[in-house]
Amino acid sequence: MKLYEIFLRAKSGLSHKHVGSLHATDSQMALQNARDLYTRREEGESIWVVDSSQIVSSNPSDKDAYFAPAEDKIYRHPSFYEIDKEVKNI
Amino acid sequence: MYSQGLRDSAAGDEPVELLAAFQARIDKEEKIEPRDWMPAAYRKTLIRQISQHAHSEIVGQLPEANWVTRAPTLKRKLILLAKIQDEAGHGLYLYSAAETLGESRKKMYDDLLSGKAKYSSIFNYPTLNWADIGAVGWLVDGAAIMNQVALCRTSYGPYSRSMVRICKEESFHQRQGYEIMVKMAHGTAQQKAMAQDAINRFWWPALMMFGPSDKDSPHSSQSMKWKIKRFSNDDLRQKFIDATVPQAEYLGLTIPDKHLKLDDATGSYTHGEIDWKEFVNVIKGNGPCNQQRMAARIKAHKDGAWVREAAEAYAKKLQNSKDNKKEVA
Amino acid sequence: MYNYIQNLADNTLILGQRLAQWCGHGPFLEEDLALTNTSLDILGQAQMLLNLAAEIKGDGSTADDLAFLRDAIGFKNVILVEQPNGDFAHTMLRQYFMDVYHVHLYTILSGSSNQSLAEIAEKSLKEVTYHLERSQLWMQRLAHGTKESIDRLQNALNELWHYTHELFEESEELDDLVEQGIAADPIHLKIHWEADVKEWLASTALTIPKTGWKATGGLNGHHSEYLGLMLCEMQFLQRAYPDCEW
Repeated sequence: MKLYEIFLRAKSGLSHKHVGSLHATDSQMALQNARDLYTRREEGESIWVVDSSQIVSSNPSDKDAYFAPAEDKIYRHPSFYEIDKEVKNI
Repeated sequence: MYSQGLRDSAAGDEPVELLAAFQARIDKEEKIEPRDWMPAAYRKTLIRQISQHAHSEIVGQLPEANWVTRAPTLKRKLILLAKIQDEAGHGLYLYSAAETLGESRKKMYDDLLSGKAKYSSIFNYPTLNWADIGAVGWLVDGAAIMNQVALCRTSYGPYSRSMVRICKEESFHQRQGYEIMVKMAHGTAQQKAMAQDAINRFWWPALMMFGPSDKDSPHSSQSMKWKIKRFSNDDLRQKFIDATVPQAEYLGLTIPDKHLKLDDATGSYTHGEIDWKEFVNVIKGNGPCNQQRMAARIKAHKDGAWVREAAEAYAKKLQNSKDNKKEVA
Repeated sequence: MYNYIQNLADNTLILGQRLAQWCGHGPFLEEDLALTNTSLDILGQAQMLLNLAAEIKGDGSTADDLAFLRDAIGFKNVILVEQPNGDFAHTMLRQYFMDVYHVHLYTILSGSSNQSLAEIAEKSLKEVTYHLERSQLWMQRLAHGTKESIDRLQNALNELWHYTHELFEESEELDDLVEQGIAADPIHLKIHWEADVKEWLASTALTIPKTGWKATGGLNGHHSEYLGLMLCEMQFLQRAYPDCEW
């Protein structure tokens, strides 16, 4: 059996969120098993199943190279800019 | 429901800096995620604990399933079925969490069926009358919840997330069990006798679920340091007793411990000595139902082999025909 | 009307009880959960239908009284649903037969002139539509899986086929109900059921067994020996300790 990762959308307007995994022999079975396992308490209204082996993920050892460089780019955040309190709606 | 008697392996010869950095992350309450570096012993401890926990859930289906076809009303039948189904689901969440550590479900399952892996001793006791289903929910799930709530903050991310989900789902289990106990204890003389019989048999095994006494559990200290485990066995056991004794009083049932006494100074109950010989014996495989439980799990797995094979074979055919179509295109 | 509702209710109660026996013993963990979901849905339908039956009976009986205090002769289910689970092929083939039947049945009953029945059918139709999606896929997997799965499915077909005719048995009482727009016409159900099942069978190497024997009697309370034993188990507590609250 293959390992599938399961993503649920709790309600329309939200994005799909990873909730766990399960085993199935094919994608249809994965979808049904996901319905039977992960939506027993109305947790979702849409399901994605993804063959785990198809997921490409970043490597924890690249964490610094990937994510640290964004740290000092504070000018990307609105709080970086000082504007007089008198100015409204900006 | 939860895993007992976890043991850490000795620390390997990992670089001191990595170990220190790892411990620093733990101390900062950072969660460890699947592909992060972790000490081999941390991984091993987790795999053992999570898989034991998963095994406990699916073996734990059996004593309750024993009554599902005999549940006394339609409502009770539906509740019990849904509850047992939850246990299967919890087993599945936990196997999934353990798989993120690189252990396959097949390997874990093989270890369970070969007797190599352990599961909670409580499920090796029989459910003999209907009140036992009440007692299992009230006492066994009650004890399990004490452990599981503590585990929601465990340091390994996937384990912690599974536990959060499990605790959310499990909250009805104890209540439905207690509701059965109320009906039985406040029912006819025969029902009350069943309820008393159930607590007589399940009280001590429920206390054993918290594992050996702290003084006999030297291995928990590393687990505490790694924040895999966050409270000691004895602390959780005491918490359980203090919460449960008044509930038994409400039912008008007697807890089978003549040494049980409220200590006015601490507000806690002191209790009699737990029979650890029995505990060790049941863990070793000599409980009243060990053989029966394993036989049931082995039979289900064997009987299901051709079904799994058929599904695999069909999936392969589907894949082949898809590939052929691609080639033609 | 009471007999008809009993028939629908008992079909679901007994099938749900059989499915519940799989709980904890499924061929793999995911399927164990899925089978239990089916059982829960079907027992939920039984509960609704028995409530309706009790209401029609009108002597103060409850759904539980009907489930736990009638003897075998009082049960009006088809004999198919009380057949032992057998292996997974047996269980799923029986399920597939019942799912196809229930989808057509509830589709019609959603428009029943009896408001209560129409509401139950409408709710149940959603459930059985999913059950059918699931059992259809299993029929595909088993019929095109391995030699063993094909053999097992053929065995199940050989044993279960003769029990399916009972789903479409006609009676004067039923004719009246059909005329009043309360019940589903068994002839109509049979045509649709056979069309679906035979279409699927035609896509497989399976063959329908030839025999003159057809199961009958369930609708009059004359069952197979299995039902009595099932009731012994199911009704044990209520029989051994009458008039208790549980």
